[in-house]
Amino acid sequence: MRYPFPVGKSDFIQGDEAIARAAILAGCRFYAGYPITPASEIFEAMALYMPLVDGVSIQMEDELASMAAIIGASWAGAKAMTATSGPGFSLMQENLGYAIMTETPVVVVDVQRGGPSTGQPTLAAQGDIMQAIWGTHGDHSLIVLSPSTVQEAFDFTIRAFNLAEKYRTPVVLLTDAEIAHMRERVYVPLPEEIEIINRKLPANEEEAKFPFGDIHGDGVPPMPIFGRGYRTYVTGLTHDERGRPRTVEAEVHEKLIRRIIEKLERNREDIISYDAFELDDAEVAIVSTGIVSRSAVRAVKILRERGVKAGLLKLNTIWPFDFDMIEELAERVRKIYVPEMNLGQLYHLVKEGANGKAEVELIAKIGGEVHTPMEIVERVVG
Amino acid sequence: MYLKSAYEIRDKYLRKDMLPTIFCPGCGIGSALQYTLRAIDDLGLNQDEIVWVSGIGCSSRVPGFVNFDGLHTTHGRALAFATGIKLANPDLKIIAFMGDGDAAAIGGNHLIHAIRRNLDITVILINNFTYGMTGGQVAPTALKGLRGTTAPYGQFENPFDIADLAVSAGANYVARWSVFNYLQGINSIKKALNKEGFTLVEFLSPCPISFGRRNRMKTAPELLRWYQKITVPLAKAKKMPPEELEGKIVIGEFADRDRPGLVREYEAYKKRAKKMMGWEE
Ligand SMILES: Cc1ncc(C[n+]2csc(CCOP(=O)(O)OP(=O)(O)O)c2C)c(N)n1
Ligand code: SF4
Repeated sequence: MRYPFPVGKSDFIQGDEAIARAAILAGCRFYAGYPITPASEIFEAMALYMPLVDGVSIQMEDELASMAAIIGASWAGAKAMTATSGPGFSLMQENLGYAIMTETPVVVVDVQRGGPSTGQPTLAAQGDIMQAIWGTHGDHSLIVLSPSTVQEAFDFTIRAFNLAEKYRTPVVLLTDAEIAHMRERVYVPLPEEIEIINRKLPANEEEAKFPFGDIHGDGVPPMPIFGRGYRTYVTGLTHDERGRPRTVEAEVHEKLIRRIIEKLERNREDIISYDAFELDDAEVAIVSTGIVSRSAVRAVKILRERGVKAGLLKLNTIWPFDFDMIEELAERVRKIYVPEMNLGQLYHLVKEGANGKAEVELIAKIGGEVHTPMEIVERVVG
Repeated sequence: MYLKSAYEIRDKYLRKDMLPTIFCPGCGIGSALQYTLRAIDDLGLNQDEIVWVSGIGCSSRVPGFVNFDGLHTTHGRALAFATGIKLANPDLKIIAFMGDGDAAAIGGNHLIHAIRRNLDITVILINNFTYGMTGGQVAPTALKGLRGTTAPYGQFENPFDIADLAVSAGANYVARWSVFNYLQGINSIKKALNKEGFTLVEFLSPCPISFGRRNRMKTAPELLRWYQKITVPLAKAKKMPPEELEGKIVIGEFADRDRPGLVREYEAYKKRAKKMMGWEE
């Protein structure tokens, strides 16, 4: 297969461009979107590449429609993605919930910008952490990944597709304006260097009768693709294992929703990913995610030079959240600092995880700029 | 046309384990469904290559009762979901079953854009002037003066003429009938299913329970008589002065043309892209 960009070598590209290239290498062949800063370049790259790789790129009338279209494409058998920023992500929440309820593998990129509302279109923020995890209504779970470099934006996009397919769930790639527009050296691998996971299909007619049943005991039902003769009915209403609406029975609802949440919970070890930096002997820990982690790495180095035993826990997955790991960390350190580009969203999760075992302090910064390393250092040394 | 018995159609196309339907006695949705199934049967279309999509509402429950692949989505968004299905697998034929509130209120933007793109789909639109499922609020199709729970003193807004809108936005085929025009209805659906691009068949459909009761027409026969009174065939309407058409609904075939559909346009676009990039001649 021929690619419209160089593969098997490094290139100097923006985060948005990296996401588009990774999606295509991951097998994405359907993109639907609506332009919004700072995510538009993902769309523009997809618009350029998709027709060349026999995929589809279409500009929908809004984000509601974009989200709907990728879900439709997924049921027709395609790996599908959309990308947006805060205000558009809000519009997607209705159908993001639909994707969770119908267990549809799709990838949604949210390039965060300052909010609420149209806020600061061109500046970076991390204000959508809660929206990504809890934005849609009802009890639910999904996967949220958060890159901190352009290379990670690339790698995590491939991972996002793999996790979506493996667990039949929407995956949110939560990035920000800084990573979106920053150019960095990225290794774009050869297709054969990439591990690709495809959704489990029904092995036979019998399996296809239970598109929402835990027939393999792993919580993830095989997905009968439309047009293959299985005559599957998919509904956002509470449904039984066969997909039939059963909207008033508490047991049916409970069984369905618990399975949807537990299929991710019981695979936490496979899904959750983090990087630890100088944490082994640390007395103070910094917990961060995304772009801020880069300042945090530098801050740890400066703190060590000054004799403070500091370490960093960089979260690559924001949800599912590893509350237990944070508690273990809290048992080992005196204090945990949470620098983030909002007024305390990751902080809430970390504090809950720490469970009172260590003090947790928020280092908040809003307005569009990433924390400087010194801003973190100064807060730690007081 | 030879008409098969309704039982034959039912047994061939409905999911037995989903019956009975949720529809009230006297509801017109079942009739529109039967016409659609008869059209599919008459054309001999492959059941495995048709996907039914819908939003939310009484009308949108239809895909659940038919033995086909079906996507029952969120309120108003069916056509946006369908865009993804169709472009990801152009071999699938798509039928959308929609209510008037679903299609023209919350889904109005998706409707006009799906038509503008000429998305290859057949829409069967149930126009009952009301929000049936939520209990009789006014729909954007409600004629002035009609009552709904949210316009207890009679609708004061102007109604949408969905067929008219579809013609202007560029649909390839547009027809409107009441559910009592069954032969015309079936024939229109057949034409629609055979065409590329966006096709829409609107049915004026009785909703005695949520709509009729509030408008002094508690039964389907009363609604039938009212439809006979307010509908005017297209040929006749052309000769009528506008004052006389006030408060009337024109029925008939409003558009029948063959503009290229979205799938064909995108195929050509892909070719153009490859050519412009020097990937192929
Ligand atoms: C986002 C959203 N808003 C509102 C509703 C509530 N709701 C359910 S059905 C419906 C209207 C249905 O009316 P129509 O589309 O005319 O179909 P009918 O029931 O008359 O066939 C509404 C408003 C909903 N389900 N979702
Ligand atoms: S409420 Fe109206 S539209 Fe809905 S099923 Fe009853 S009669 Fe039909």
